Amino acid sequence: MTSGSGFSRRAVLAGLGVGAAGLAADGLVAPAARAAGKTVVGFIYVGTANDYGYNQAHAEGAAAVRKMPGVTVLEQARVPETVAVQNTMDGMINLDGASILFPTSFGYFDPFVLRLAKSKPKVQFLHAGGLWKEGEPLNAHSYFGFISQAVYTAGIVAGHMSKSKKLGFIAAKPIPQVLRNINAFTLGAQSVDPSITTTVVFTGDWFLPVREAEAANSLADQGADVLTCHVDSPKVVMETAEKRGIFCTGYHTNQAVLAPKAYLTGAEWNWTGLYPRLVGDLIAGKTLPNMIRGGFREGFVRNSAYNAIVPEAARKQADAVREQFMAGSFAVFKGPLKDNKGNTVIGAGTTVDEFDLVLEQMNYLVAGVIGSTG
Amino acid sequence: MRLVRLAEATAPPVLALLATVVAFALFLLAAGADPLQAYGLIYLGAFGTWFSWQNTLVRAAPLLLTALGMALPAQIGLIVIGAEGGFVAGGVAAIAAGLPLAALGLPAIFVLTGMALAGMATGAALVAACGALRHWRGVNETISSLLIAYISIAVCDQLVEGAMRDPASLNKPSTRSLPDALMLGTIPGTNIHLGLVLGLVFCVLAYVFVFHTTWGFAARVVGANARAGRLVGLPVGRLILIVTALAGMATGLAGMVEVAAVQGAASADLAVGYGYTGILVAFLARQNPLAVIPVAVLMGGLEASGGLLEQRLQLPDATITVLRGLLFIMLLASETLQGKLRLKLRPRAPRAAPEPVRPAQAGGA
Repeated sequence: MTSGSGFSRRAVLAGLGVGAAGLAADGLVAPAARAAGKTVVGFIYVGTANDYGYNQAHAEGAAAVRKMPGVTVLEQARVPETVAVQNTMDGMINLDGASILFPTSFGYFDPFVLRLAKSKPKVQFLHAGGLWKEGEPLNAHSYFGFISQAVYTAGIVAGHMSKSKKLGFIAAKPIPQVLRNINAFTLGAQSVDPSITTTVVFTGDWFLPVREAEAANSLADQGADVLTCHVDSPKVVMETAEKRGIFCTGYHTNQAVLAPKAYLTGAEWNWTGLYPRLVGDLIAGKTLPNMIRGGFREGFVRNSAYNAIVPEAARKQADAVREQFMAGSFAVFKGPLKDNKGNTVIGAGTTVDEFDLVLEQMNYLVAGVIGSTG
Repeated sequence: MRLVRLAEATAPPVLALLATVVAFALFLLAAGADPLQAYGLIYLGAFGTWFSWQNTLVRAAPLLLTALGMALPAQIGLIVIGAEGGFVAGGVAAIAAGLPLAALGLPAIFVLTGMALAGMATGAALVAACGALRHWRGVNETISSLLIAYISIAVCDQLVEGAMRDPASLNKPSTRSLPDALMLGTIPGTNIHLGLVLGLVFCVLAYVFVFHTTWGFAARVVGANARAGRLVGLPVGRLILIVTALAGMATGLAGMVEVAAVQGAASADLAVGYGYTGILVAFLARQNPLAVIPVAVLMGGLEASGGLLEQRLQLPDATITVLRGLLFIMLLASETLQGKLRLKLRPRAPRAAPEPVRPAQAGGA
C-alpha cells in the first residue's frame, strides 16, 4: 500500500469509528481472485441492475460470465457517464486486478473509455454501443446488436394482435438508434396490414418513469392497443399496458412477469450468449475485432417467448422472418421506402444491409409513424 | 476558550457522524454483511491507497465549488438549493465561449480563462436572480432557486441537443468537443485535474471573504438579523446580490471545470447531481466554506468506495445512498443540539456580548 498523504491510517479509521478494528487494508488490496490466477471481469452499469431493462440485460450477461470457470466477476451499478466511470474502471483494474472490462453505457465511451484504454494497454475494454473508430486504441472494442431485427419480428406480432390498427411507441430521444427501432416496429406491423400506424411519444430522457406512464396512458386513451418502448427501463410501460387491458411488446430483456396478460413477445439483447463467448475468446488469447456487431444471425439479439394468446398465424409469420434473418436473406430497410413527410428515403430496388453505417445516421420516421424527429 | 467553543460547535456533527456509523452498521448487519469488513472496504476505496486518494479527490473537486453555491448564501440567511442549475448552465456557457475562442487559435490559457469567465458569469446571473427576486419581490429563494435550476437544465438540454449539437454526435447528442490540447490539465504526477486546485482556492477565498472582510461581516449581520442590518444602515439588497452572485460564480465555475477538464463537451450528462450533493456537503460543513473542504473529501471518498462494497460484498448499489441518507438525517437531527451542548469546562455564565456593529465600516455604504 502506498500512501502519499500525511494521513495515518489509524487516524482515518478512528474518524470513521472503526478505530480498534485493526483491519489490515493491505490484505484487502490484493483480493483472493488475483492470487488464485483468475481472470477478473468488471461490469459497469449506468442504472440499477434489476431495472427490467437495459442494465438488467447486461447484468444477465454478467451472470452468464460468472458461471465460467476461472473467472471472477465484479459489478457496479448506477455509475453516471462522468469521470466516475473512469475512476470506477480504474478502481477495478487497480484494486481488483480486472483485465477485461464491460462499460455498458453508451456515453461511457468518449472520452472515458478512450482515455483509460490509452493508459492501460493491457486491459481489454468492451463497450456496448458500437462507437469505435479507426485510430482509436486497439484494446478498446465496441459492440452492438441489430436489435431492430428483433423489434421488426415483435412488430409482426403486434400487427397481428392490434384491432384498432394503432400502435404506441414510447421513446427516449429522437436519435438514430431509437428511430431505427420505431421504424422497424412499424414496418414489421405494416407487413401484416399496411394501414397500421404507430404513434410515437418522445419523453426526452432514458429514465423518466412518471412521464413514461403518462405517455403510455395517453397512447391508450388515443386508442393504441399495442404499446412498446425504447427507454432504459420498460417496466412502467409494460405495467401500464397490463393495467389498461391492452397489449405490449418488450424491449431490452424479458418483461413477461410484469405483464402476464399483455406481454406478447419482446426484442431482447442476447448478452447471455455473447458475453461468455467474448470473454472465452480473450482468455484463449484471441484478438477481438474493435467493432463487433451482429443481429439474429450472429446471436446478438433474440425474441421473448410468445404469450399463449399469440395466434398461430402471427407466430408462423414472425418465425419465418426470423429464420430469414438467421439465413441473412432478409433486410428491414429496403426500397421503396418513404418517410412520414412523403420523401423517398430508400429508392426502389435498393436494400440496405444491416452493417451499412448509413443506418447509424437514420434521421427519419417511416410513413405510417405519427410523430416528428425534431 | 476558543478551543472549547470550537469543540462545542463541532460536537454535534461529530456525534451525528458516530450515530451514522452505528446505524449504518446495523443496516449492514441486516443486509447480511460484516460491518467491520465494510468499513474497512470504505476506507480502502476512499483513502487506502494513493489511487484511492486520487479517485476521492477527483470526485470531491466539483463538490467543493457546488457546496459554496449553498454555503455562501447561507451566510446572509438564504437557503439556495439551485447549484445544479448554475453548474449545468455554467458548463454550457463555458463550451459556448470556448469553441469560438478555440477556433480563433488562441492559446489554452486564454481559451480557458474565457470559458471560466463565461461559466462564472452565467452561474452568477442565475443565482443572483434568485437573490434579487427574494429581496425586491419577496419570492422564497429556496423555491425560486430550485425552479430556476429546473428551467436552466431544460434550456441547456434543449441547446446541446438542438442549436449547439454537433451533427456528428449521432446517438449521444452533445456539443462539439474542446480540442484535447486546450483541456484543463492535471496536477503533475496525478490523475487529478486542476479543478481541485480551483475548488480549494475558492473555498479559502470564500472563507476569507466571509470571516475576514467587512463585506462578509456585513453579510453575516444581515444573515443573523436582516431587520437589524437594515436598521444599522447596511445595504441589504446589494449585499444579497453580491453574495448570491459569488455563490453562482462558484457553481458556474464547477460546470466549466466539468466541461474543460472532464467531459470535453456539454451534454445532458452535465446534470448528474453534483449540485445536489453540494447541498449535502454544505449542510455537513455547517455552511462554513473552510469546513467544506474536508466534508467534500469525505463525500468524494464515500462515492469512490461505493463500488468496493458492491463488488466485494455483493451489497446493492443503493448502499452508499443509504449511508448518505443516514448521514444527512443524523446531521439535521444533530442541528437541534447546536448551542444546547455545553462542555463542562465552560462556565454557564451568559454568553459574551455580541460584537458591536460598525455600520460606518460595514458595507462601505
